[in-house]
Amino acid sequence: MANLGTDRVKRGMAEMQKGGVIMDVVNAEQAKIAEEAGAVAVMALERVPSDIRAAGGVARMADPTIVEEVMSAVSIPVMAKARIGHIVEARVLEAMGVDYIDESEVLTPADEVYHLNKKDYTVPFVCGCRDLGEAARRIGEGASMLRTKGEPGTGNIVEAVRHMREVQAQVRKLTTMSFDEIMTFAKELGAPYEVLVDIKENGRLPVVNFAAGGVATPADAALMMQLGADGVFVGSGIFKSDEPAKFAKAIVEATTHYQDYKLIGEVSKGIGTPMKGIEISTIKAEERMQDRGW
Amino acid sequence: MTKVGVLGLQGAVREHVRSIEASGAEALVVKKVEQLAEIDGLILPGGESTTMRRLINQYGFLSPLQQFGKEGKPIFGTCAGLILLANEIAGQDQPHLGLMDMKVERNAFGRQRESFETSLKITGVADDFEAVFIRAPYIVSVGDEVEVLATYQDAIVSAKQGHFLCSAFHPELTNDHRLTQFFVKMVEEAKKELAL
Repeated sequence: MANLGTDRVKRGMAEMQKGGVIMDVVNAEQAKIAEEAGAVAVMALERVPSDIRAAGGVARMADPTIVEEVMSAVSIPVMAKARIGHIVEARVLEAMGVDYIDESEVLTPADEVYHLNKKDYTVPFVCGCRDLGEAARRIGEGASMLRTKGEPGTGNIVEAVRHMREVQAQVRKLTTMSFDEIMTFAKELGAPYEVLVDIKENGRLPVVNFAAGGVATPADAALMMQLGADGVFVGSGIFKSDEPAKFAKAIVEATTHYQDYKLIGEVSKGIGTPMKGIEISTIKAEERMQDRGW
Repeated sequence: MTKVGVLGLQGAVREHVRSIEASGAEALVVKKVEQLAEIDGLILPGGESTTMRRLINQYGFLSPLQQFGKEGKPIFGTCAGLILLANEIAGQDQPHLGLMDMKVERNAFGRQRESFETSLKITGVADDFEAVFIRAPYIVSVGDEVEVLATYQDAIVSAKQGHFLCSAFHPELTNDHRLTQFFVKMVEEAKKELAL
């Protein structure tokens, strides 16, 4: 007898992506460039985050035509984004056979109170987190993979660094706690107790945690790996750079060999100008994507 | 002590390390070609086979890995690793390492939503092995020298050819270390023979 959509199958899929780079693409041509450069998966979108930011208005799930086009163009897994709490967008993507859904703050939330009950789905989900409380809540809802929220579409790594460090520091704190301290910690974090106990017992998160939201250069990708990321999502960074194919390849290499600084220096040569980037303090509070969801 | 490497370019490396250690051998994550000289056997982990192949080419691993196998040192490929070992891949002109005489099909069970786990009988290993299949390949056909170890709904999902072993599923994702133990034993025996 075969069991579909078990935790092991859903989390395991993300384990296979470790040490790899997942790239945002908006059409088949970009998807092929990403696959050729060695991406472990692609995220099919209508617009990359920096364009979503520039365009304003309501950002929704991509046109299914784009997602299908990308799915038939590559043999690596294809992910797609659904709005936070949008049950139907998520079900549509699942029905289309998308390999992973990102319940993403890059899109305009459909529900300001509730995230999806991801345990209900056969398809696995990735969700963003800024700290251990948020990570544990998403795991509690059934997320099979996490990523930092960072600040998408900015090309500024500072928020992703903050979120990765925060989660790592809180996991370290939790693993050194005695069991009688965990319930109070759960209350402080607003985190499900059982998830924290599991992390305490295993000494690490039960799912992988990738870096996302602001990775713009090979050195940024390597920095996030060094800080303990299991892999890297690159959104606007690649196809908003001058030479996407070279840039994509360089980011893959820097992620694989994140401690080989000589190599990172080599691959960073002659790959053109990275995306321009935005200083976080110039973004109005209501335009910060990381504050969407809770 | 027997030392088993795990090709560490991309994929589920840490889980294999844990499984090798639980099977009583020493583990080494292999990121550079020179490290192949330090190990007695090698695991090619699950991950994305296209990504791994690109990294194998980039770092000049292709012929050193083939050489490693031809010297008689055991190699165990899981999922993407199985694809790397095959000498024929459906729909592709060229195989990767081409060390095992078999034809494989990628993502043969479908996309992620069709991924599953099941209990498998693996000849010489277990009657009830917890097998986790993720966007898994299967083996379409094998040559005369290949021994089929497990099938699922008529598809071949584990096989052995001399000192090469492969599985379409992920033994490293469970706490069932019997298949890894079986491989560690293969490595120990090969090490003895090669020392003669």
